[in-house]
Amino acid sequence: MIRVVLPAHLRTLARVDGEVKLDVEGQATQRAILDALETRYPMLRGTIRDHVTQQRRAFVRVFACGQDLSHDSPDAPLPAAVAMGAEPFLVVGAMAGG
Amino acid sequence: MNRVRVLVGTRKGAFVLASDGKRERWDVSGPHFGGWEIYHVKGSPADPNRLYASQSSSWFGQVIQRSNDGGKTWEPTGNRFVYDGVPGTHQWYDGTPHPWEFARVWHLEPSPTDPDTVYAGVEDAALFRSIDGGQTWQELPGLRRHGSASSWQPGAGGMCLHTILLDPSHPGRIFIAISAAGVFRTDDAGTTWRPINRGLRSEQIPDPTAEVGHCVHRIAMHRSRPGVLFMQKHWDVMRSDDAGESWREVSGNLPTDFGFPIDVHAHEPDTIYVVPIKSDSEHYLPEGKLRVYRSRTGGHEWEALTKGLPQRDCYVNVLRDAMAVDSLDPCGVYFGTTGGQVYVSADAGDSWAPIVRDLPSVVSVEVQTLP
Repeated sequence: MIRVVLPAHLRTLARVDGEVKLDVEGQATQRAILDALETRYPMLRGTIRDHVTQQRRAFVRVFACGQDLSHDSPDAPLPAAVAMGAEPFLVVGAMAGG
Repeated sequence: MNRVRVLVGTRKGAFVLASDGKRERWDVSGPHFGGWEIYHVKGSPADPNRLYASQSSSWFGQVIQRSNDGGKTWEPTGNRFVYDGVPGTHQWYDGTPHPWEFARVWHLEPSPTDPDTVYAGVEDAALFRSIDGGQTWQELPGLRRHGSASSWQPGAGGMCLHTILLDPSHPGRIFIAISAAGVFRTDDAGTTWRPINRGLRSEQIPDPTAEVGHCVHRIAMHRSRPGVLFMQKHWDVMRSDDAGESWREVSGNLPTDFGFPIDVHAHEPDTIYVVPIKSDSEHYLPEGKLRVYRSRTGGHEWEALTKGLPQRDCYVNVLRDAMAVDSLDPCGVYFGTTGGQVYVSADAGDSWAPIVRDLPSVVSVEVQTLP
């Protein structure tokens, strides 16, 4: 079970409270988590990464275990603590004013 | 008695303002989608309870929301706006080629006959259509494949397709406007397009009378006379009597002919409204006075409408999609400002009153006249 924390605006859009808990098949990677997230909440497609290129949107960051994983490969294994559900995978709106 | 529902898009959410036909007492609901930019909200003429909203943010991109109950509840629909084929390039601000990149939906135009059909004008400029209530979107790529497209340049607000007029008397005829390319028309439901900018003159481009490159801010028509178009260009208020084949200036005695919105009275096809703005580099009201100008002669002769509007120390702007008219009698006129006020006139502009004074900066205003 993987725990995902979404920013407030995406929780509102997906109509979820608190953390999202996802079962992810195979190795826990950013891509696998986002694929599972978008399958359960299709309204989040395009809001975290581009529909076509799958590139992370410029003002979205992903953190876990106190680390910024935004620039890691989407296919890189995530820390074991995330894969085991001990630590959440955080999707964060970048500090960008407005 | 009839009712009206005013749909307001702001920089930080949408608001729905409702009143009876007197248009004196208002219920305000919102913010819907708080914190997001709402470029446009518009109802279906075929089913007034069906609303579409364009919701976007720099962080999370584009969302389209749909309501089936007049704005009480909403559901997100499809947000996949993908250009057809290889997108190609347009000109960037520095003159270099720049790939077409989707940024946001500026304008949603529902079909007059089918609640599930809606057009979307987007930045970078293109026209999309959904025929399934916003679940999926397909580009009408003929516009972007026009031979001039590689030379289109963005205006200061981005290269946006901001106006969509569906001609009620010629099936298949659509007018669209792009900043800063100009007006285009299709007569075959979007398969082929041609620029219709003859008569426009823009000193800010190398050839002031070029076929494309004009910063058209808004065009408007009266449903009973769709061959007559009115335009607020960057500078100049223009008129066409031949469905855009040629344009002539009707700025007349306006204090300045720069501005953004233009609209037509619901029952008088030659009565039009604009809000003059000081200049292209001073996007605020001249002399600190909020004045709507009305022409009852289809242009040239304009009168200032000031009753109920601030006449000192007012330096707001009124953006291109932020004016609308209802179809009651007398005709109601509405506009919103970048200062967060939405004003109504229930007597065709003779007098005005604020509905709300302190919303976030207003981007768009639409009104529905309900039974």
